[in-house]
Formats: sequence, C-alpha cells, structure tokens
Amino acid sequence: MSASNKKAICFYFQVHQPFRLKRYRFFDLGHDHYYYDDYTNESIMRKVADKCYLPANKVIMDLINKHNGKFKVTFSISGLAINQFRLYAPEVLESFRKLADTGMVEFLAETNAHSLASIKSRNEFEQQVNRHKLMLKDYLGVDATSFRNTELIYSDEIGSWVADMGFKSMLTEGAKHVLGWKSPNYLYCNSINPRLKVLLRNFALSDDIAFRFSNRDWNSWPLTAEKYASWVSKLGTRRDLVNIFMDYETFGEHNWKESGIFDFLSHMPAAILKKTPFKFMTPSEVADLLQPVSAITVPSPISWADEERDITAWHGNELQVAALDKLYSLTDKVNRCNDPHIKKDWDYLQASDHFYYMATKFFSDGAVHAYFNPYETPYDAFMNYMNVLSDFELRVKQYFPDSKEQEQIFLLHEEVNKKDGIIYKQTREIEKLSKKVARLSPSKTDTKSRTAAKGAPKNARAIKDEKASLKKSQKEASATTAKRSTRTKK
Amino acid sequence: MRVLMFGWEFPPHISGGLGTASYGLTKGMATLDDLEVTFVVPRSWGDEDQSMVRLIGANRIPVATRKVFYKGFRKPLEMIEVSSKIVPYIDPKDFWKVVSTEVSGQNLFVQTNDKGMIDFSGKYDVNLLEEINKYAIVASIIAEENDFDIIHAHDWLAYPAGIAAMAVSGKPLVIHVHATDFDRSGGSVNPDVYHIEKNGMDAASKIITVSNLTRDIVINRYNINPDKVETVYNAVEPVNFSHGSTFKKGFGEKVVTFLGRITLQKGPEYFIEAANKVLRRMNNVRFVMAGSGDMMERMMRRAAALRITDRFHFTGFLKGPDVFKMLELSDVYIMPSVSEPFGISPLEAMQSNVPVIISKQSGVAEILTHAVKTDFWDIDAMADAIYGILNYPALSGMFIKNGKEEVIRLKWDNSARHVRDIYYRVIENYKN
Repeated sequence: MSASNKKAICFYFQVHQPFRLKRYRFFDLGHDHYYYDDYTNESIMRKVADKCYLPANKVIMDLINKHNGKFKVTFSISGLAINQFRLYAPEVLESFRKLADTGMVEFLAETNAHSLASIKSRNEFEQQVNRHKLMLKDYLGVDATSFRNTELIYSDEIGSWVADMGFKSMLTEGAKHVLGWKSPNYLYCNSINPRLKVLLRNFALSDDIAFRFSNRDWNSWPLTAEKYASWVSKLGTRRDLVNIFMDYETFGEHNWKESGIFDFLSHMPAAILKKTPFKFMTPSEVADLLQPVSAITVPSPISWADEERDITAWHGNELQVAALDKLYSLTDKVNRCNDPHIKKDWDYLQASDHFYYMATKFFSDGAVHAYFNPYETPYDAFMNYMNVLSDFELRVKQYFPDSKEQEQIFLLHEEVNKKDGIIYKQTREIEKLSKKVARLSPSKTDTKSRTAAKGAPKNARAIKDEKASLKKSQKEASATTAKRSTRTKK
Repeated sequence: MRVLMFGWEFPPHISGGLGTASYGLTKGMATLDDLEVTFVVPRSWGDEDQSMVRLIGANRIPVATRKVFYKGFRKPLEMIEVSSKIVPYIDPKDFWKVVSTEVSGQNLFVQTNDKGMIDFSGKYDVNLLEEINKYAIVASIIAEENDFDIIHAHDWLAYPAGIAAMAVSGKPLVIHVHATDFDRSGGSVNPDVYHIEKNGMDAASKIITVSNLTRDIVINRYNINPDKVETVYNAVEPVNFSHGSTFKKGFGEKVVTFLGRITLQKGPEYFIEAANKVLRRMNNVRFVMAGSGDMMERMMRRAAALRITDRFHFTGFLKGPDVFKMLELSDVYIMPSVSEPFGISPLEAMQSNVPVIISKQSGVAEILTHAVKTDFWDIDAMADAIYGILNYPALSGMFIKNGKEEVIRLKWDNSARHVRDIYYRVIENYKN
C-alpha cells in the first residue's frame, strides 16, 4: 500500500482559559448574578498572551513561511478562550486568524466550554460541540473536520458519537493501560464506528517538551532540536505516526522564554524534516492519508491527566460527583430557556476547570496543581462553585416557577402545537379541495363548492374558537406564574 | 529512662487543654517500654487514674522545716512548711469555690478570671506566686528523694518546679509550652508571668511547643534560639462510640456549635456575627454557644441586640457526657479562636463525626487537612463555610469521612515517641 509508506508527525496544542469564579458568598445568592473574577481572568489572560500566545504564534507563523507548506500544526481553542481573547486580548485572536488563513494550521472542534458533557449527556455534548463549530466559523473562518474532547477524554461510546457527528478523526491519550503491548505510533480507529480514526498521544515524546524541558536534573537536559529529532528518527523505521500533543502554554508559560523553549520550537521542524522520514500533518490529513492498523477498545473513559490517565481528576470524589450532578440536573430547564445571559453562564459554569479545583487526590502532591488552582482547598472550591450554582439555579427556576404549573404550561403548549398542526393540515386540505373544485365544471362546482364552503368555515371557526380558548387559558396560567414569581421576589 | 514530670493538673481534676494534653502524652509514654514516668501535681486528690504513671501530689509530701535557698525567685524562701494551700486549678468555677472558702481563715485568695489566667491584683498576687514557689520548693525535695534521668515541666506554673528540681539534681530540664501568656491575654502580657516563662525557657535544655504557631511566639517574643525549640503536635484519645443509644435531637433543625470558654482568646464574638449572617438567609438552623466565661454576658447582650436569641442558645458550662451529647447533636463545630496554641477540641468533634471550621490562628490548623480554615476575623468566610456544610450534603459527607480517617492517625503514641527522641538527644548533649 502506498498510503502506509507515508509517515506523519502531528503537533497539536491545546489552548484553553476558563472564566474563573470570584469569591461568591452564600449571602450573595439572589442578589448578585455576576460570577466572574474579572481581575484575575484579565491579568492571567494578559500574562499568558504576552508570554506565550503572541510570541509562540509569531514563531509558528515564521516557520510556516520558512518551510513553505512542509510545516503544519494543529490547535484546539475552546470557546471560552475565544471569548476571553475577544474581551482581553483581541490581537491574539487576530494572530490565530492569520495562522488559519495560511491553510497550514488545522483547528479542532471540541465542546465550546471545555466541558465534561461527554461523561454526562450525549445531547448536551452534541449541542456544545455545535456551538463550538459555529464559534470557529465565526471567529477563525474555519470548518472543523477533526475532533478532540476536553483533556483528551475518550471512550468507545464518546468516539461513536463523534463519528456520528461526521468528524474524520479524534485525538486521545496513548494510555498504557488501554494500549497494552500496542504502540501509540500507528493510526487506530474507533471500535464501534471504524470510520472515526483515532490518534494516540506519544506521552513520552510529548512530556519531554512539556514537562521535562526546563528540568535541569533530567539526564537529557538541555534538550536541543537535533537531539529531539534523533529520538523521533529512532522510531522512524517501522512506525507510521508520531503524535505530540501538549498545552500551548508549554511555550513561554510552563517553560519560560529564558529556558530556550522558543529557540527549540523554531529549530525543531527543520531538524525533524532533515533527520527523520516523518512529514508534518494535521489530524484530518492523517485520517485521509494513513491506514488504521486496528480498532482500539476503550470501554471506560481515559484522558491525558495524571498518572492514572483517567477522569478522576474531575469526577473522582463525592464533591465533584455532587457538583456535576447538580449542574446537569438543570440541563432541561436551561435548554428551554431563551435568556442569553443564562445561556452564557451555563456555558461558563461547564468548564472542567471548576471540577479540577475540587480534586482531593492532590492533597499529597499539591504543588504542581496548586499552580493552576485559585482555591486554597478543594472544599473551598466546592463551596464557592455550589454557591454560584445555587444562584444560577434560582435564576433558571424563575422561568419555571413551580414544577406543577410548569407541567401545566408545558401540556397546554403541547396541545396548542397539536391543534396548530391539525389546523395546518386541514387548511391545506381545504386549499387542495377548492383547487379541485375550480378545475371541475362550473355547474358541479356550484354544488360542490357550496358543500365545501359549508363544511370548511364551520370547521375553521370551531378550530379558531378552540384555539382562542386555549390561548386564553395559557395567558391565565402565565399570569399566575408571573404573579407568583413577583411574590417570591418580594 | 526515668522521667520526672511536673504538671498542674491530672484527670479527673482538669480544666481543659493542659490537663488533657499532659495526660494523653503521659499515657502515650506508658506504652513505651523504656520510659518510666513520675508525674507530680501540686495536689493529688487520691482518685486519679494511676494505672499508667506514678502520681505524686506535692500536698502529700511530708515536709518538715528545711532550709532551702534558691535564688531564682524574688526572695529567698527560708523555712517552708507545705500546707494544702497548693491547689490545682480545676475549672475556673471550681477554683473559685475552693479558694473563696478559705478567705476568712487563711487570708489566701487568688482571683482568676475565666481565661484561666490569674489577675495579679492587690495583695493576692503575692500568694499565687508564693504557691508556685512552694511548689518549686517541694519539687526540689521530690528531686532529692527520687532517682531520675530527665525533668519535664508542663506550662509556666510548673516551670519553677522544674528549675528547682534541675538545680538540686543536676539533670537536664525539658519544658513543654502548651500556651504562652500572649495567647491567654490577647497581647497584654503580665510581666510576672512573662518573667517566669522566660526563666523557664532560658533554663531548659530543650523547649517543646505544641505547634509551629507557638514555636514562633517562643522564638520571637521570648527571644529563644530556634534550635532549642521543637514542635510536638498533640493528639487525641480514641473514643469508642458504642455507648448504647445515641442521643436524638428533639427538633429537625441543624445545629452549629461553639464549645469552649467564652473568652477573648476563643473568639466568641466572631461566632455570633457569623451566625447572624447565616440566620439572615436560612431558618432551619440553631446556634449553640456552650461554655462559660467572662465574655458570656456581653455575648448574650450582643445576641439580643441582633434579635437572634430565638435561634441562638447558651448552655453554660458543659461537663463530661454532656459534651459528647452536644457533639452528637451538632452538624458543624466551629472554633474561631483568636490565638490557639493547639486546640484539641476540633479533633474530638471530628471523632464524633462532626465537620469542623477552625481559625487559621490555631495550631491544630497546621496538621488538619479535612477542615475548613478561615481567619478568625473573617466572618464572611465563616458564615459561608457554615452555610456550605449545612446545605451541600456532599461536602459534610466528605468532611465526616475524611476527617475521621485523618483524626484516627493522630495518636498520642506518636507524640510520645517524638518526645522520647528529644529526651535521648537532650541527655546525649547534656553529657558532653
């Protein structure tokens, strides 16, 4: 096979910033509906933009120009990050847009809020992915054809949903406990729907850059582009695909500029192109050009987090389970709501980061995680989030004041819709009949139209009456709910 | 190794932290084969638990007229006959009872306020210092008559006794700081007490503090070489909760409990303010302030002024089983201490399956992970934590489960082993 002779290296960077919550006390409940710590969000975004996004984007732009179509990279930018760029660092969004315009950069779809919807609700998951696709179209002008889930969370089931949504490929972790003796350096496919190609992260080569680059105790320090390329070339003879996935903040933020990370980045592509048989490709190209070697079976969700490579960093303890359950119990109500503020907060409260802050398994080695965590303890994180969520729930419930009345309105609504349907059908029938009548002889028309006319208006009028009475009762119902909500407000 | 230990109280005649801690430590030491502890208190009542240690009451030591010179005190005391005037400071109320009955006859009247701190006012102060001195004199006699390798003195009332024993025997002294006068007084330190504390610290070969918080105070406020000061955390006695029927609440509301002396040091006013904030937002909760103290009346007036007395209850001083009953009723335990050298009571609450909120200004905050920690003045954070624990069942569940596991690991045996290590090091250095 000619396709299998192709060897690909795929560089992918994750870009995400959550909207961190401000200190929200329970006595703010019902008074204060703004939940975000603008100062922290802005200062972090500005810091990361100046230290990482802008200089790294510039290096990548130069590389693309220099290598003339031979260097390609892939990004995923969460919808929340895009919104933060729009608020605090529009020039970053602009520079990503320029990268998109080169055609050498692929942008992946994900859940808009970098959320955990994939482990809670398929419907919600799909909605959020669609929202993100729209965001990518609007702000970067791209149509996403490949997918990566929050923190590379993947299971057979999630993969099959993604396949059903029409994506070509999906990225996840080359987790040892899933791979067993298999190598991550081949292309795999989903075990339920083999049309979806699965790219597995080579965590050793990825973490060499992401975690070990500035570690002076590491026996391979300092890491140069040549050294790295030689490691990659060692894989070369029999492997098809090397997937290097990491946080974009690796450049300039986790590894400071002074560590030489940008020099490494600007020399790495030339070294790889020269020393190894691998070509730079994006996940969609990989899916088109390479042949999967087999299906990969992942019955329970994996991710790229921690030693365990599972989802316990977000869904591990009782606090996280309770908070997630509470959040997703509101799904139906939020979906029936049209308030744009509710929709926005719903998105922002989804971010997986909020649940990451509640993890208790880091009590032992909290140092690494404390870096990302604005809270002193997981308990603190939980309390703050739950206070915010309680206020959010109050706001959502204002639209659905009482489950009984809510049900009634819902039923009436259904009935109105049903009757509307009948009216529509019958008017169509009337039209059809009157046309038929027109085509027939005038003498016959007379009698027929008379009978039709006799039947139709009567029928229509009856329906109209019915509709009016329904509308009236609906109005009454909404009036009582309005009254009730004002009462509760008082 | 034989240890001569000077304390001020021994169960069941205890007023609080000091007695509980020194008893727990002694009990932990009793499990170590190479330690033999003789515990001296100013007065033994005869009903103390002596299964673990040999207890000597200073009041039981037959003292004839002897000449003792010891220049560490204000005046050389010449001839001392030890009478039963040396009393252990039981709880403030009991002490009041004991001493006030003697006012007429002996003209000995020592006034303590409810902080357990002695107000040195008028002519009575001389008598308390005299008592401490008397204890020191008896200590020197005990030191002469007993054989031991090291001296261990608990808190300032026993430091002079420890120094006296050291002077007589030439054995090294270790002092154990359970609290300093900075904690008890909230800043306005009594110079006499400071003097005694400072002398003890200077004389000792090693100073054990119950937390790093206290260690810092010892180093900075008493100007002690940091190398000499070492922290040994307190622990808690394991409690068995299979004592028959558990007490049932007579009402459906949640209960938030403050349990301790109602004094400046314990921060009761912050509890009231936080309670007020919570009550503004939820109704199905009651607050309990259990204990007595010099700020109780003021607290009652404050609660009345806030119009929360229908939900805010005062129980007065609770004893023994009532304490556990109170804990069983509680859904949250709060200790907003302004300055707490250690604070064993939150550990007892955690044993009773009660989530705890503690101030960052407490020593116990240094070792607890599964507790809410707030600044004592941060009533917003405190109110928020109370609300969170009461309203989010997952949170209280986590606290109860993890808290219990955590507190089980805090054993007196470990503290005792740590103290034994210190003994060996001190004796080693003392020889050289």
